[in-house]
Amino acid sequence: MSAVVEFREASYRIGAREILRGLSLAVEAGESLVLLGRSGSGKTTALKMVNGLLFPSAGEVLVDGTPTTAWEPVRLKRRMGYVIQEIGLFPHYTVAENVGLVPRLEKWDEPRIAARVDALLRQVGLDPEQFAARYPAQLSGGQRQRVGVARALAADPSVLLFDEPFGAVDPVTRLELQKQFLALRRELGKTAIFVTHDVREALMLATRIALLRDGALELLAPPRQFLDALGDEARAFLACLDWKVDAP
Amino acid sequence: MNRGMTAEIAQLTLEHLTLVLVSMAIAIAVAVPAGILITRRAAWRRWVLGFANVMQTIPSLALFGFLIPVPLIGGIGKRTAIVALVLYALLPILRNTMVGILGVDAAVRESAVAMGMTVRQILWRVEMPLAARTILAGIRVATVTTIGTATIAAAIGGGGLGVFIFRGIGSVDSTQILAGAVPAACIALAADGALGWVERRWTAE
Repeated sequence: MSAVVEFREASYRIGAREILRGLSLAVEAGESLVLLGRSGSGKTTALKMVNGLLFPSAGEVLVDGTPTTAWEPVRLKRRMGYVIQEIGLFPHYTVAENVGLVPRLEKWDEPRIAARVDALLRQVGLDPEQFAARYPAQLSGGQRQRVGVARALAADPSVLLFDEPFGAVDPVTRLELQKQFLALRRELGKTAIFVTHDVREALMLATRIALLRDGALELLAPPRQFLDALGDEARAFLACLDWKVDAP
Repeated sequence: MNRGMTAEIAQLTLEHLTLVLVSMAIAIAVAVPAGILITRRAAWRRWVLGFANVMQTIPSLALFGFLIPVPLIGGIGKRTAIVALVLYALLPILRNTMVGILGVDAAVRESAVAMGMTVRQILWRVEMPLAARTILAGIRVATVTTIGTATIAAAIGGGGLGVFIFRGIGSVDSTQILAGAVPAACIALAADGALGWVERRWTAE
C-alpha cells in the first residue's frame, strides 16, 4: 500500500517552543487515522501541516510522495477537505453557496454545482429543499457541522482532515455526527485524518490511533491494541472510559 | 427672500454638494485601500492611524489656514478646500475599514485559506462583504461631518454654503446665516438618512 500522507521527522517550533518533535508517521490510502492527545500535544499542528496551513520547521511532510513545500499551495489545499470545530461557514453565503464554493472556484458549470450541492446535502442528512437557501445563522450547531462536512466533500477531495469537528455539539448530536462519519467513510472510502482529545471518539472512528504527547508520537496502534496499551499516557486516556455511575 | 437670493442659494448649494462629493470620493479612494493595507501590515497601523488622528485634532478653521501657503495643494480656492476636507474625512473611513476587516471571524478566514482561496479572493468574497457594513458606517460619519465642515471652505475662497454664513457674520445678518445653515443641515440630514438606509439594507441580507 502506498502512503497518501507521510510525516518524516517533522518538527515545528515557534521561537524556543517545540510544538512537534520529529514526528514520523505514514497514513495509508483509505484508512482513518486519529491523532489523539491532550491540548497542546501538537495534534492540530500536525494536521495543519498536511494541507499546508503550516510547514515543518525541520523534516518534511509528503502528500502523494511530494513534499508539501513543493506543492502548488492551492492545488494541495483543494486535494483536502478540511473541517474544524468552529466550522467557519461564510455567514453571508447561503448553505448552498457555502457548499458550492470550491466547485465554483474550480469553475464547474452551474447545473453541475447545483446537482452536486443537492447530492451532498442529502448525503449529510439535510433536506436540500428545506436547507439550501438558509443562512448559517439559521441553523443549529449540528446542522452547521453537517454543512461543514458537505462543504469539505464538495470537490471530491481524496483526503479529509478533521480538527475536533464534533467538539462543540451536545453529546446526542455528537453521536449522530460520529455515526454519519462512519457511514460516509464506508460509502466513500476516503482517507481521513481526525484530531480529537476524546478517547471514545478515537476508538469509535479510527482504523489506527496515533497518541501524541508533548509533540512526540507515544503510541501508534489499531483501537483493539490501544485498549491493551501499557504506557502512562495511553492509560491516562483509557481511565476516561472507566468512570461509571454508582448504582443506587 | 427675493429671487436673486433663491438663485444664489441654489448655486451655492450645488457648489457645496460638489465640494462634498469630490472630497468624499477622494477620501474613500484613499482611506479604504489604506485601511485594508494596515490590516496586513501591523507595523504601519500606528503611523497611518496616528496621521489621520492628528489631522482630525487640528481645528478645522486652522487646517484650512495652514494649507494656504503649502505649494501645489495650497493657495486660495476650491482645491485647497478639498484637500482639507479629504484630510478630515480620512480617519473614520480608515478606522472602520480596519476594524471591519480585522473583525472577520478567524475560523471563517482559516477555512477560506484551507479551501485554497487566494488572498485576493478572500478580500473580495469574504472580507469586504463582511466588513461592508462597518465601512459604510465610517463613510456615513465622514460624509455628515464633511457637509458641516465644508461651510468653512468659504473662509479660504472655496465657495459653498459657507459664503452665506461668513457674509451673515460679517454683516450681523441672521437671514444670511440661516440661508447657509439651513440648506447645509438639510443636506446633512438627507445624506445621513440615505446612507443609513443603505447600511440597513446591507444588514438585511
